[in-house]
Amino acid sequence: MHLHKLEKWWLILGVSALIIFLIVLGFGAFYMGTHPQSHGLTIDPNNVEANEAFQQENLGLTKVDEDHYIVNVVASAFNYDLGVDEDGNSVSHIKIPKGASVLFQVVTTDVIHGFNIAGTNVNMMVEPGYVSSMEVQMNNVGEFTLLCNEYCGVGHHMMFTTVEVYE
Amino acid sequence: MALANLQTFEDISTESIVITKTDSKLYLSFIYVAIISLFLGGLMGLLQVLVRTGEFTLPFGIGYYQILTFHGVVLALVLTTFFIIGFQFALMGKTVGISEKQRKFAWLAFWVMTIGTSMTAVTILIGKANVLYTFYAPLKAHPLFYIGLALVVVGTWIAAIVNWRQLFVWKKQIPNQKSPLLAFMVTINMIMWVIASLGVAVAVLVQFIPWSLGFAETINVLLSRTLFWYFGHPLVYFWLLPAYMAWYAIIPKIIGGKLFSDSLARLSFILFLFFSIPVGFHHQLTEPGIDPTWKFIQVVLTFMVIIPSLMTAFSMFATFEITGRKKGHKGLFGWFKNLPWQDVRFFAPFVGMLAFIPGGIGGIINASHQMNTVVHNTIWVTGHFHLTVATTVLLTFFGIAYWLIPHLTGRKLTRKIHRLGIYQTVVWAIGMTIMSGAMHIQGLLGGPRRSSYSEYGGSEQAVDWGAYQMAQAVGGTILFIGIILMVYIFIYLVFFAPEGNEEFPIAEEENHAPATPKWMENWKLWIGITIALILFAYTIPVVDIIQNAPPGSPPFDAIIGN
Repeated sequence: MHLHKLEKWWLILGVSALIIFLIVLGFGAFYMGTHPQSHGLTIDPNNVEANEAFQQENLGLTKVDEDHYIVNVVASAFNYDLGVDEDGNSVSHIKIPKGASVLFQVVTTDVIHGFNIAGTNVNMMVEPGYVSSMEVQMNNVGEFTLLCNEYCGVGHHMMFTTVEVYE
Repeated sequence: MALANLQTFEDISTESIVITKTDSKLYLSFIYVAIISLFLGGLMGLLQVLVRTGEFTLPFGIGYYQILTFHGVVLALVLTTFFIIGFQFALMGKTVGISEKQRKFAWLAFWVMTIGTSMTAVTILIGKANVLYTFYAPLKAHPLFYIGLALVVVGTWIAAIVNWRQLFVWKKQIPNQKSPLLAFMVTINMIMWVIASLGVAVAVLVQFIPWSLGFAETINVLLSRTLFWYFGHPLVYFWLLPAYMAWYAIIPKIIGGKLFSDSLARLSFILFLFFSIPVGFHHQLTEPGIDPTWKFIQVVLTFMVIIPSLMTAFSMFATFEITGRKKGHKGLFGWFKNLPWQDVRFFAPFVGMLAFIPGGIGGIINASHQMNTVVHNTIWVTGHFHLTVATTVLLTFFGIAYWLIPHLTGRKLTRKIHRLGIYQTVVWAIGMTIMSGAMHIQGLLGGPRRSSYSEYGGSEQAVDWGAYQMAQAVGGTILFIGIILMVYIFIYLVFFAPEGNEEFPIAEEENHAPATPKWMENWKLWIGITIALILFAYTIPVVDIIQNAPPGSPPFDAIIGN
């Protein structure tokens, strides 16, 4: 089969760019550890409390160390359960200091949900039977909308809460 | 490549086959369903962009997610599939012929698909299937929704078998001749489609139907998603390859040129067959249950389709330039200036090709492992596939319809329709630039896809998104005007255009073109490599998904309003 000389150059150029691009992605993923979230940790969706992290008293924001936080969330249609405050009201707003490292751990008790803090790199699918988790450094100050970005039913667009990163 | 000493096909020219009235009726029936789908699905699209402005609410208790499901199913599954199957039957009928028996089975395919479509459409319209066209478990639609979809798939399998039989019979009659390029391409596309749709068929027949009927209590959610996306990515190539058929083998004839390279066109289709299927994980990159190394392997395989895409881009512009220079156009860009811009059969697909440049780049971003996290499930993705399928593929299909419909109805494509078609294309390009552009930007700002209007508690971010949603409504309205123009053109070409003969344009090879090697039609080898790649990419992760499965999920239907 005959390839035109210019076409050979075109393909060499394109394929080289492709190889460089894949090396960059691979370097990021395997050397720097920037894989998208995936670790295969399973959980019974009918009994998420079997995992200590998702018991009612452990939900929401917990400070574990200087600049280290954990946020445990139970998602269900059409709500993110972030626990309750001192007065017993459900938490719908969490505040994180700038530069803190935060581990988000999320499960669902019903259907598939999304977990996206819009404007940040926190973006996960939350599927029944699995724990979704991702650790990020919150470096940008502001108020961000945490919302469901995977269709979960008629109230899908009402499923949100807010995350504030303060100076 | 020094393959000169390999066996090549003899070059026996065959007589062109005339499409009879009876055959035309078959091909047109598929196209009619596609036109009706375009109108109804497009209308739902218009309603969606209006709802998302926040200024408009749907009447009669119709739900946003109901029209979203209808829009997705009717445009992404019904319009595309019916147009493609009808177009491919016409290509096969023209290049290798259709027997009476084959025609009967083709009608069977049509009716099975149409009945399936009606069942699914009705369940959506009565609000019993607000699950979107991806129908992710454990959301549960009415069982008829899944059964209808299964019938559509079964109908396409009948069509595939008829297509393969058509080529087989032709080959037996003319043993040493290479199969006509278009018949070869249709065969490849249907091989890919059947292998891919086995995934969704298994999910629907083994998982969804028994579970929705109550025979199975729970469903393995991750397995169902994996089977869906095993099918879902080749689905987009199933849309794209018929457009490539037109680009490679029809457009050159329309612009008065010849085929750039028969072998190259075939090779690119073979590469698409290899690398369309073992890549579904790039739709599942942000899911918790799949090993990241396997995700990365499928990302690499995904990017292999860039190679045939680059080949296609080169071929297209090479054909344009060679044709222009042969006609005597001078200068660096003389050939480009003198392309037949007034010919809508060329102009519409050409604008589609242009849209594929940003569309393809967006696709590379989406499939880029960790970069996907930035855009996953944002409305950026919606903007992306409105460029690829709703512009590149659709404008090419419109470009085909301009000559195919009058050819089949025995009418003429008039000068007036040429001009109207060019306006239609421009309207489409403007509407899509506004709508898709706004979707891309809003997505980068974090705006979610598949969501009804929401102020998200009055957040500042939602206010920013609102401006882009307004722009999408403007773009979407312009696009709907484009749909009305197109429907008018379709109706005119079917019923009112003056009687006459419209050409079925099929490009010929250059006189001195190098012969096509025989190994190009080593079907067993191509199917073998395809299956080997699929087994490589999927065996270990799927075994892992099944062995380490969490407890299954019961059905949820109250939350979708059932």
